[in-house]
Amino acid sequence: MTSDPRAGRFGDFGGRYVPEALVAALDELDAARRAAETDPQFQAELAELHRSYTGRPSLLTEVPRFAQHAGKARIFLKREDLNHTGSHKINNVLGQALLTVRMGKKRVIAETGAGQHGVATATAAALMGLDCVVYMGERDTERQALNVARMKLLGAEVIPVKHGSRTLKDAVNEAMRDWVTNVDSTHYVLGTVTGPHPFPEMVRNFHRIIGDEARAQMLQEVGRLPDAVCACVGGGSNAIGIFHAFIGDADVRLVGLEAGGEGVASGRHASRFATGVPGVLHGAATYLLQDEDGQTIESHSVSAGLDYPSVGPEHAHLYTSGRAEYRPVTDAEAMEAFQLLCRTEGIIPAIESAHALAGARQVGAELGPDGLILVNLSGRGDKDVETAARWFDILSGEDIVREKQIKAEDEPQDAEGSGW
Amino acid sequence: MSRLSEVLSSTREQNRAALVAYLPVGFPSLDRSLEAMRAVVEAGADVVEVGLPYSDPLMDGPVIQHAAQVALAGGVRVAHVFEAVRTVVEAGAACVTMSYWNPILRYGPERFAADLAAAGGSGIITPDLIPEEAGDWLSAAQEHDLDPIFLVAPSSTDARLAMTVQHCRGFVYVASTMGVTGARAQVGSGAADLIERTRAVTDLPLCVGLGVSTGEQAAQVAAYADGVIVGSALVATLKDDEPDSGCEQLRALTAELAAGVRGGRE
Repeated sequence: MTSDPRAGRFGDFGGRYVPEALVAALDELDAARRAAETDPQFQAELAELHRSYTGRPSLLTEVPRFAQHAGKARIFLKREDLNHTGSHKINNVLGQALLTVRMGKKRVIAETGAGQHGVATATAAALMGLDCVVYMGERDTERQALNVARMKLLGAEVIPVKHGSRTLKDAVNEAMRDWVTNVDSTHYVLGTVTGPHPFPEMVRNFHRIIGDEARAQMLQEVGRLPDAVCACVGGGSNAIGIFHAFIGDADVRLVGLEAGGEGVASGRHASRFATGVPGVLHGAATYLLQDEDGQTIESHSVSAGLDYPSVGPEHAHLYTSGRAEYRPVTDAEAMEAFQLLCRTEGIIPAIESAHALAGARQVGAELGPDGLILVNLSGRGDKDVETAARWFDILSGEDIVREKQIKAEDEPQDAEGSGW
Repeated sequence: MSRLSEVLSSTREQNRAALVAYLPVGFPSLDRSLEAMRAVVEAGADVVEVGLPYSDPLMDGPVIQHAAQVALAGGVRVAHVFEAVRTVVEAGAACVTMSYWNPILRYGPERFAADLAAAGGSGIITPDLIPEEAGDWLSAAQEHDLDPIFLVAPSSTDARLAMTVQHCRGFVYVASTMGVTGARAQVGSGAADLIERTRAVTDLPLCVGLGVSTGEQAAQVAAYADGVIVGSALVATLKDDEPDSGCEQLRALTAELAAGVRGGRE
């Protein structure tokens, strides 16, 4: 609960690079979450919410028809897509919302890219009677209109961020500005394992349940640990959540899949470990996309949730220490894996999670039929149906525009702007 | 003693607060930003805070965010800061740089400090760097006789105030309100309280920033602070969509603020 310079460090990464105004709130949060982590009442309350509200434990599903296209390795999906609100994000948000109530604060803010974290935060805020504001890049509000509607239905105010790259990075900046201004009344429900200490450690701890469950399920259902665990990495929360239970198992490969966008050579990607260098962004020392002057380079991905120039500091440490490997997956590779899972298993994944599936195809080809792979299916693809329909030209752009025009004529206009 | 400390000693001897004017390099263009820096010195600023535009200025409000975007789109680079520092020093004022940490980290703290000192700069204000994380910068500052200037905020505990001021030289940046940069109708009443709490732990000059935009506000703050920092209000007088304003509005506002700091203790 101090501002010890080594607190919250993962090797050379992490720390607190924040305005002084936020230090007291970070200390308060760190004290609250440490107390909660050892408080049986808090843990019981959270466990009950996971059981009766989220629907945990999430299933483990073997996907043999998909695996035919992945070197015929055995592949199991950890089904975080079956959680209430459709992704892993709810694990962290319920924990942070309970902490908000314990700290006596009445208002939560959040940033969101694909909308999953925003929907989860709006959900928890509704459940616990908290005011909720979600910041979302204007471009992402257009890509993820359905999730904007969900957040509004849940009672959240969605604020589109209209400057910078108008994506997740700028939504984080805006949420930080709000927090600096309203820190007395407001908790910032940061959505991934980045930001200043204690966020990376705290968010990871709320997501450890993914890996803890999956490890036990693999042992029970297969009788051994997987050869590899694959997870997509934007900020990196689902990946850390599933990796963490296996870090001590040296024979289990940890494979993080970053957004390769249009290809690393194109410059239009979010592959921080392929081309990034260490620096500081959003309160943490980590790997990030930056130019030679330290200015952040805009990222690109077909997936709004992976379109982020930075990555959680614990991933930076796993990368430099060699414990985990990180690979870029292009938009095209991810969408091919997306379609493959739909057609072979009847599961529509989030495009984020499709990056992990594409990675599993690569790793499966390397391991062959004796390989055993665990993939974190971090979210479901409902929110991505329009993006996927455009990608596969199922519904032409003209059809979509025409449909929107019809809707606009039939429905009253929302005067407010809309705004992961 | 740095040029900055000399200037702040001098204003103390005159029993008045200093006017610290923030302007970002490269807004509305490089040449016009240099012209603006000369103009504020001529109109009465004692210290100029040269802002290094950054892609993610999370402590800044819309005016300075916009200026940073325009400056970066116009091709401003880190090295231009040193050109601006030279311009200010040649115009006769003390000069400090305000920069988020990553551009300095990428440039190299040691190299940045050497180049800043060579340009005549006195120190650096680091809005997203707290002393606990500032080991590299503190070493470089020591090596090149530069002033590290950290912020204190209304939320700072007494223990943090004491720790932070121990790492400051030149002055302590007292953030008057919780929030980002930008003109406000009223300067937070917390400023005077924070000044009093900070005075209890240091003899360094205390300069108040965040929210001051008028001569009247400057006078109010100058009554109890050693320096009044004005940024967004000055930047707002520079229009990037007008070819050349001649900095007339900037000069007029600076003169009003300069009169304010001189009248604050009368």
